[in-house]
Amino acid sequence: MSTAAEERNLRDDVLNGFQLTRQLERVWRTPSGFLGALMSVDHKVVGRRYILTAFVFLLLGGILAALMRIQLAGPEKTFLSADKYNQIFTMHGSTMMFLFAVPVMEAFAVYLVPLMVGTRNIAFPRLNAFSYWMFLFGGAFLWLSFLLNVGPDVGWFSYVPLSNLQFSPSKRTDVWAQMITFTEVAALAVAVEIVVTVFKQRAPGMTLDRIPLFVWAMLVTAFLVMFAMPSVMVASTSLILDRLVNTRFYDSSSGGHPLLWQHLFWFFGHPEVYIIFIPGTGMVSAILATFARRPVVGYPIVILSLIATGLLSFGLWVHHMFVTGLPQLGAGLFTASSMLIAVPSGLQIFCWLATLWDGRPIYRTPLLFVIGFIVIFVLGGLSGVMVASVPIDTQVHDTYFVVAHFHYVLIGGAVFPLVGAVYYWFPKIAGRMLSERLGQWNFWLAFISFNVAFFPMHFLGLIGMPRRVYTYTADMDWAHLNLVSSVGSFLFALSFALLLVNVIYSLRRGELAGDNPWNASTLEWATSSPPPPQNFDRIPVVKHRDPLWADSEILPVAAGLSADRREVLVTSLAEAEPQIREASPEPSIWPLLTAIATAIFFIGSIFTPWAVLWGTPPIAVALIGWFWPTGSKEDES
Amino acid sequence: MPVWVRRVLVLCTCLPLSACAGRQSALDPQGLQSEQIRSTLFIFLAVSAVVWIGVVVVLAAGMLRTKRAADRPLDLHQGYEDRAGRVVLWLGTATALIVLGLSFVSYAGQRTIFAKDEKALTLKVIGHQWWWEVRYEADSPHKSFVTANEIRIPTGKPVRVELESADVIHSFWVPSLTGKMDLVTGQKNELQFTAKNAGVYRGQCAEFCGLQHAHMAFAVIALPPDEFERWREHENRSAHSPSDPLGKQGEALFRARGCALCHNISGTLAGGQLGPDLTHIASRTTIAAGTLPNTPATLGAWISDPQHIKPGNLMPKMPLQSGELIAIIHYLEQLK
Repeated sequence: MSTAAEERNLRDDVLNGFQLTRQLERVWRTPSGFLGALMSVDHKVVGRRYILTAFVFLLLGGILAALMRIQLAGPEKTFLSADKYNQIFTMHGSTMMFLFAVPVMEAFAVYLVPLMVGTRNIAFPRLNAFSYWMFLFGGAFLWLSFLLNVGPDVGWFSYVPLSNLQFSPSKRTDVWAQMITFTEVAALAVAVEIVVTVFKQRAPGMTLDRIPLFVWAMLVTAFLVMFAMPSVMVASTSLILDRLVNTRFYDSSSGGHPLLWQHLFWFFGHPEVYIIFIPGTGMVSAILATFARRPVVGYPIVILSLIATGLLSFGLWVHHMFVTGLPQLGAGLFTASSMLIAVPSGLQIFCWLATLWDGRPIYRTPLLFVIGFIVIFVLGGLSGVMVASVPIDTQVHDTYFVVAHFHYVLIGGAVFPLVGAVYYWFPKIAGRMLSERLGQWNFWLAFISFNVAFFPMHFLGLIGMPRRVYTYTADMDWAHLNLVSSVGSFLFALSFALLLVNVIYSLRRGELAGDNPWNASTLEWATSSPPPPQNFDRIPVVKHRDPLWADSEILPVAAGLSADRREVLVTSLAEAEPQIREASPEPSIWPLLTAIATAIFFIGSIFTPWAVLWGTPPIAVALIGWFWPTGSKEDES
Repeated sequence: MPVWVRRVLVLCTCLPLSACAGRQSALDPQGLQSEQIRSTLFIFLAVSAVVWIGVVVVLAAGMLRTKRAADRPLDLHQGYEDRAGRVVLWLGTATALIVLGLSFVSYAGQRTIFAKDEKALTLKVIGHQWWWEVRYEADSPHKSFVTANEIRIPTGKPVRVELESADVIHSFWVPSLTGKMDLVTGQKNELQFTAKNAGVYRGQCAEFCGLQHAHMAFAVIALPPDEFERWREHENRSAHSPSDPLGKQGEALFRARGCALCHNISGTLAGGQLGPDLTHIASRTTIAAGTLPNTPATLGAWISDPQHIKPGNLMPKMPLQSGELIAIIHYLEQLK
């Protein structure tokens, strides 16, 4: 690998120690100043922003939930009008699904996957920056619209015909549909980056069977995103066309059909649940291995379960449509396919139980959240088996039973692991530990109040309370349980306030973390906390599934990458054998400018179809700037 | 399922509730279909409870087990790994078998609740934002009639409801009698159920249908068959013209003030088709799709400002003087 031309470059094998660190930092750092911050393509900077923004949306979505719980705390309350309530429940669902749950999982992947596979930056770093800006603009667009009273009001599922021009004549639904386009572009971009990073940028020796389970989970998720998201983009774009230029995709009087929307939406909408849940399982596996002090039992079983969950998730969307009058035998088959997903989910749970059984658990906050996850998620999974049954679903569909079910699955299955992940990886990201004392309070408050808030909703659904009603009458016997639920939800909100306090306090006062405070086994702990811009001074060489446990003293490394320009090592897909050195893009302002041009195009096009015409040239110009060949040293030689 | 199991389950599910037997409850079945669904639910509930408790017990036992002292994470016993792998796969197989069993239980229940009886009494329900049009259609047109938001049916006899929508998607749900079925725009769905006992069963729209989705309720009133036939005879008659002067004034105002543009009263000149049929409004128990009880006072409040009670509904506020309002109410109260 050493030709005369390459030897002119400075390589990382001629430098050592502090000198090497300084040199690589100089090459990989984000330019200083405000403009520099806007140009950043460092996956850690973008990932941090992504995580922070997603948590801001969690806070906003949580405030909306609190407003709804005030309104529903008693019968015939007038705290919110019907119009406000409908906007709020739509915004709550849309924010939590599109602006919090999916982005936050992808954000953790953006931050962690390159570190965990031992590379210097994510694949396509400029696309990554672009993805963040699209997500930010889409979220800001939705929320500004909401604050201007143009917030969507037809549910996060926006069923036609209610969402078509006749029944929703204002711009509210267009805002919703276009927000989808923004966030889906962002999500698809990250999915592509993750797949390429995992397939082509793993550290030498990290064969497929040595990839950390969290990375496997994010890989499966990325594929789910790529296959599921186009469906909802087709759906929402067709809706915009119906509304803007009078196409008839969903109009039953002109040969379209309202159920087409439901099929397209749920073909995305069900995998969506797993796009949120599978990263959660990855977090669980990562945390569990570290705190049970042993690798997760049944590594191949867990991976096959992840893949099986991903595949099966595309075959059960119809269980959202059991009461739309579909053929009975078909519906019955979807009952079986929906319940079947209990098998891979169950296998993972059994592997985790076996891990805890044999491990010697250390009960720090991350592990507590994982244990809480198991207790809550299994319950939610079982109520999921119930709603998968056609006869039971005809009673509980669109009632508070389902509200209870999916909050158990999504909060239990994704948010509990996520909060555990925050406690687990905060030291890596911030360099300081979160307070363990506050963490224990946080867990117990969250665990108890979650059940107080959501368990009663099962009964509310069974005793007849439908979803999405802004009020109910006193003679319906729903008041007590609703009050209990509201009290629980406020305590649950308090647990997040504790997390916020903990984060703010620990950022300044937290105990210094060091490289590997938990004595964990994966590569992100092999570098400093927070990691330097180049992630690793030298690319680690992986000889074991748990590299830091196997080589606890000195980690073997590879040398030979350039030290005076950005370079990553590309390895083969299965065996992770080094193939080539690949240039990695420099910081650039063009992703931001492209995102601005795209945002103008998207927002303009909900007002006039001509935006498609005048909106395209600026994007083209921005993309030309983005891809302008700069002539690397490699090319000159 | 043995009776005692059922009793324990009912007790378990009802304990945390102040009142289990609401007027709109899947746990208090009054029809053949809702009973079947509750049995299926209880089977699922029992299996789920066993699984959940099993998981939690194993989790707790795993945590409480005596642990080795040294922190050597990679010091694994191949024997345990192999055994654990086998146990996990056996449990996975057991999960698959349970799932398969439950699928059959579910499908059996599904067949029962969706079984069709050709001799059923057929009526049509059309969903509107935000009320229910109910059409009793017989072979001869003069035996057909239309009402709103209240469905009377005979007990012990299968009833088939054909479901259509005039605007957006709604969902017809009377949990005490059976599960729900959507009213999908441009599609004809149907639902069949049999009420076992006489009574008033509340139903409510279960698919979000816009601003006043929360105020789109209805009642199914199950009557003994002979009583039902009498009601049907009565309902089939046209409205009597009032004999007293105030009633006559009310009838005239009903036309003059625009009410008749939207509402139909059979046997009179009022023939509007947009709003609920009012031919026998006085015999209905609620107004505004279950929003208010039907009394002269609430009727007056509703007519004088419908947008205050149910904002966004299609009935406009009509400028009426109080005398006129009283006359109209008086007239409507006679439409038994």
